Amino acid sequence: MIRRNAFLAGIGRHLPSLALNALAFLAGIIVWWAITAAKLVVLPGPQEVFTRALELAASGQLAIDIFSSLRRVISGFLLGAALAIPVGFLMGWYGAARALIEPYVQFFRMIPPLAVIPLAIVTMGIDEAPKIFVIFLASFLSCVVAAYQGVISVDRTLINAARVLGATDRVIFPRVIIPASIPFILVGVRIGLGSAWATVVAAELIAAQSGLGYRMQQAQLYYDLPTIFVSLITIGILGLVMDRLVQAAERRLTTWQERVQ
Amino acid sequence: MTATGLKPKLSFRNVTRRFGEGEKAFLALDRLNLDIADGEFVTVVGPSGCGKSTAMNIAAGLLDVSEGEVLVDGKPVNGPGPERGVIFQQYALFPWLTVRQNVEFGLRIKGLPAGEQRRISDHFLRLVGLQDFADALPKTLSGGMKQRCAIARAYAVGPTMLLMDEPFGALDALTRVHMQDQLLDTWSRERRTVFFITHDVDEAVYLANRVIVMAARPGRLHGIIPVDLPATRNEEVRLSPQFAEIRNQVWHAVYHQKPQVET
Repeated sequence: MIRRNAFLAGIGRHLPSLALNALAFLAGIIVWWAITAAKLVVLPGPQEVFTRALELAASGQLAIDIFSSLRRVISGFLLGAALAIPVGFLMGWYGAARALIEPYVQFFRMIPPLAVIPLAIVTMGIDEAPKIFVIFLASFLSCVVAAYQGVISVDRTLINAARVLGATDRVIFPRVIIPASIPFILVGVRIGLGSAWATVVAAELIAAQSGLGYRMQQAQLYYDLPTIFVSLITIGILGLVMDRLVQAAERRLTTWQERVQ
Repeated sequence: MTATGLKPKLSFRNVTRRFGEGEKAFLALDRLNLDIADGEFVTVVGPSGCGKSTAMNIAAGLLDVSEGEVLVDGKPVNGPGPERGVIFQQYALFPWLTVRQNVEFGLRIKGLPAGEQRRISDHFLRLVGLQDFADALPKTLSGGMKQRCAIARAYAVGPTMLLMDEPFGALDALTRVHMQDQLLDTWSRERRTVFFITHDVDEAVYLANRVIVMAARPGRLHGIIPVDLPATRNEEVRLSPQFAEIRNQVWHAVYHQKPQVET
């Protein structure tokens, strides 16, 4: 057990962590309000941003932006993960596949997905295709490495144990390799989804006609700070929600894992 | 050349295993010759590097020989087989499966009907005393329970021989003694040929019909010590002067080996 600060541990015993989360959130709002009310910085305050959020929500604009951004992330991410998992398994299981694919994976990992946007726009036009492609690339690269790592990290004794119980490679793969690498894959999925979300917003800043990134880029032109704030906060909240969903799935799928509480 | 003089269940014939190539080649096992009778319980002791685990992995079909051959029921070993159950020191339970699913793993592969799998797993879970933990995940079990589950899993596929690689090595002394008694109890009720590796001299003597002592660098057979103790082993046997005498004999064979000049 890691030793924790006695004071923080004491608070933790008395208040459930959800209440602490709410407390921290409230404190943040108060600090924000205090700074802007005192005119320390020229930024919109919480009331202004909240009013703008209500306006954008009422006009349906916010929902449209959220929908466009989410649609891009989810389609790009699902395509990326769907390809990455079989490719990662292939790389982990067959030495030849690893030698053939790994140089490409390592090379493309060094290129930030956003750097591909100019090329993607030139070759795929300015509608959905280039954005989805870039997100696909970002999530594919995070997931493929995780799936590959998962396969090569499977405990040899488990494979031997399956083998002496009569399992052939065709049985070992679905019954041992896949379940044993699920924790690794889920870590990759989490990282992949995070980088997909970061990429979509940036891609929309560069080239889009809708989406949260596009809304911010438009607001920038008109010095519309409250709208920028609404978009930023929405991006943060949606990112958090997606991450929590993956985490919840992770806990459900890996209850068998021994972990530090 | 077996204890009973019958046809051997498991025989090593000039089994040699090298690791690596050329200058760096390492001789892990040098011309091992050994016969083990059907239903016999042999324990194997020796210093680290004596090739005891190598010999077991070869018998299990998880490792190839460099020279020589291993015969099971007179037939050469070529890969793992259902007649040889293996129990590893690290338990090697599938952590995502429950105790029962672990025990049924080999039965599912065989394609037995669900009812039959259930009947067999019930039987072996009861045999090792885990019937109340059938639906538990391995992470909730103690070391001794994990190893009992591994034993039930190995027994379930109906092997005629068990190969055990320091199965109780990770357990504390008290649990270990308890597990030894339980293993002997299981063995007396469901008789199998057992090839049991250990580094614990007491354990080697307590469990065995014969103790195989091996020597290191290169790994080879050092000597075979018959254990002339009553068939039913209990505390009385463990504390008897006869036990102490055989234990001394094995101790000397293991810890006072004369270094052998490599030929």
